[in-house]
Amino acid sequence: MTKRKFGLAMSLVLAAGTMLAACGSDNKDNAGEKPATGDSGEKGGFSLAMVTDVGGIDDKSFNQSAWKGVKEFGEDQGWEKGTGGYDYLQSTGPEDYTTNLNNLARRDFNLIYGVGFLMEDAIEDIAAQQKDTQFSIIDGEVDAPNVASILFKEQEGGYLAGVAAGLMTKSDKVGFIGGMDNPVIERFEAGFLEGVKAVKPEIKVDSKYVGAFDKAELGKAEAGRMYSSGVDIIFHAAGGTGNGVFSEAKERKQADKDAYVWVIGVDSDQYEEGKVGDDNVTLTSMLKRVDVAVKDIADLSMNGNFPGGETKVYGLQDDGLGLADSRGAIPQDVLDQIDEYAQKIANGEIEVPEFVEKKK
Amino acid sequence: MNSMSNRMINILVPMISIFLGLLVGAIVMLISDYNPITGYMALWNGIFGDSYAIGETIRQISPYLLAGLAVAFAFRTGLFNIGVEGQLIVGWFAAAYVGMAFDLPKIIHLPFALIAAAAAGALWGLVPGILKATLKVHEVIVTIMMNYIALHVVNALIKTLSGGGFKLERIHESASLRSEFLSNLTDYSTLHYGIFVALAMVVVMWFILEKTKTGFELKSVGYNDNAASYAGMSANKNIILAMVISGAFAGLGGAMEALGTFGNMSSMGGFTGIGFDGIAVALLGANTPLGVIFGATLFGSLKYGANNMPNEAGIPVEIVSIIIALVIFFVACGYIIRVGLIRLRNKKEAK
Repeated sequence: MTKRKFGLAMSLVLAAGTMLAACGSDNKDNAGEKPATGDSGEKGGFSLAMVTDVGGIDDKSFNQSAWKGVKEFGEDQGWEKGTGGYDYLQSTGPEDYTTNLNNLARRDFNLIYGVGFLMEDAIEDIAAQQKDTQFSIIDGEVDAPNVASILFKEQEGGYLAGVAAGLMTKSDKVGFIGGMDNPVIERFEAGFLEGVKAVKPEIKVDSKYVGAFDKAELGKAEAGRMYSSGVDIIFHAAGGTGNGVFSEAKERKQADKDAYVWVIGVDSDQYEEGKVGDDNVTLTSMLKRVDVAVKDIADLSMNGNFPGGETKVYGLQDDGLGLADSRGAIPQDVLDQIDEYAQKIANGEIEVPEFVEKKK
Repeated sequence: MNSMSNRMINILVPMISIFLGLLVGAIVMLISDYNPITGYMALWNGIFGDSYAIGETIRQISPYLLAGLAVAFAFRTGLFNIGVEGQLIVGWFAAAYVGMAFDLPKIIHLPFALIAAAAAGALWGLVPGILKATLKVHEVIVTIMMNYIALHVVNALIKTLSGGGFKLERIHESASLRSEFLSNLTDYSTLHYGIFVALAMVVVMWFILEKTKTGFELKSVGYNDNAASYAGMSANKNIILAMVISGAFAGLGGAMEALGTFGNMSSMGGFTGIGFDGIAVALLGANTPLGVIFGATLFGSLKYGANNMPNEAGIPVEIVSIIIALVIFFVACGYIIRVGLIRLRNKKEAK
């Protein structure tokens, strides 16, 4: 009985906390204040949190990049990890999205990120319930006054990866491995195909979706098939599945030091993933700077300019995308050519399509 | 205490099992440098902490109930239905599709969506049932393969129906199991009326098995199909029937997700796991309707409450999974504890 009463008291305190914090966040002047760490329901201050997809914050890819943004922003403000500062919750499946978002909202975080388009519905639901909390969805669009949507022009980054692959391939065969077939990954593919076509129209890209973001073994099998068929550069946009692409490339490199096999990484700089002894199979990585976008939105929100109900699209111009340092894997003259294309995209001379042209 | 009745043992066994599981879980937390007391407080609050948590816990129990019933029902006829996962997925899809594609008054639409889910699940159970009955193909193999067929067929259908997208549109309000009332009652949780559907099915299973001639035949085939055939029952007919009813339960489990929890269906990268957990739920509950309620409650509560351990106590998801697995492991080992208790009793009585 006492436990139940305690539970009731807890929920009352939390509810009161939510209301107090709501009053606090309406007041734009308090943005610069240091939050009271470890104390829920304290008014004032600003705090942010994120809900990961199933990948978790060490997926060496998308979630990791988002967490990097949240963490760096928090550290810059001198916050601590936890309630009132910055934090994250990991989802083990789609059924956890609403729960995790709700739990964070109940801990009075002012701004909560949902990482990944799969969280669209969950954010829509929770944002309608927790009207005083600000939400932000990465890679998806939710139309609600307290949700800021973040999209990327993945096609522009994919285009540069395509140019790099097209110029660097020796066998004139390149491959693309996608995670799940969805609009976001299709933008990577569309850009990549277009980029390859821009430099070498005759190349046919071997494009394949494995159907999951967390199945490294499928990525490895698919990469194995591609490399065996003569493909020498594979661009993956497959999260954890892509780790299998790296291991296949590394095995081939290890077996034969002179093997010409490359992987183009995705989202984060995946140079570390490609290390085999003194060699490296990472040609470059297509950076999707989720961290830049995360910090940008956090900054706006903290200063009272939260772009609620809007969709912010990050492209090459906004430093939202780009190629990672190739660390010598790509020669300077090729880099110069890539730069030229990048400039053309940035100033609008080249418009990269979002969708793959449907095969007839 | 010196005359421990059987009833006493029946109550003590699960309690001791859960306690032992929690104890070993506490050791795991201590070793990995987390405070077990905060950890378990978080687990408790995650399950019963406030009306929201209770609502979500009940919501999580509903699909487990139906998945458990599906496995248990097939078991009673001596069939091992590993295909609950696939049957649940096609049921999910059928309910989501009917909920989205039609626009009917609620009184027709909701039952229609539920029946569609049950029918889809039943169809998915029918195939292994027929193969088992006519060609003696082992149902375990067929049902496992049917899981993959379900997963990929449904993914492809979602893609086609949504015009290249990754999820179906939301179902119409008229097909939804959600309710304003339950949601307000539980502080905006996603609790929906599905739990009543699930509990009704518990009664249905009990009724079929205990009160009908069909149920008697199904059980007879489960005990000994040769004897049942000799007594003039058709083993083949009953095998097919058992798989169909089992599949229908599983399909309804999918409807819980489609019409209640999610309100639509997104293409899936892998299995939901509910169907596989259903096997454990059924076994924990000794394949009886009441036992399944116990198993599903345990599974649902732990599964949902565990979410709060990273949230409130900062314990990583991986450690939480170990702890939950330990609790279930010890509950499943209840038999050993039962034997121990009976020995203890006999010893005392001998003195």
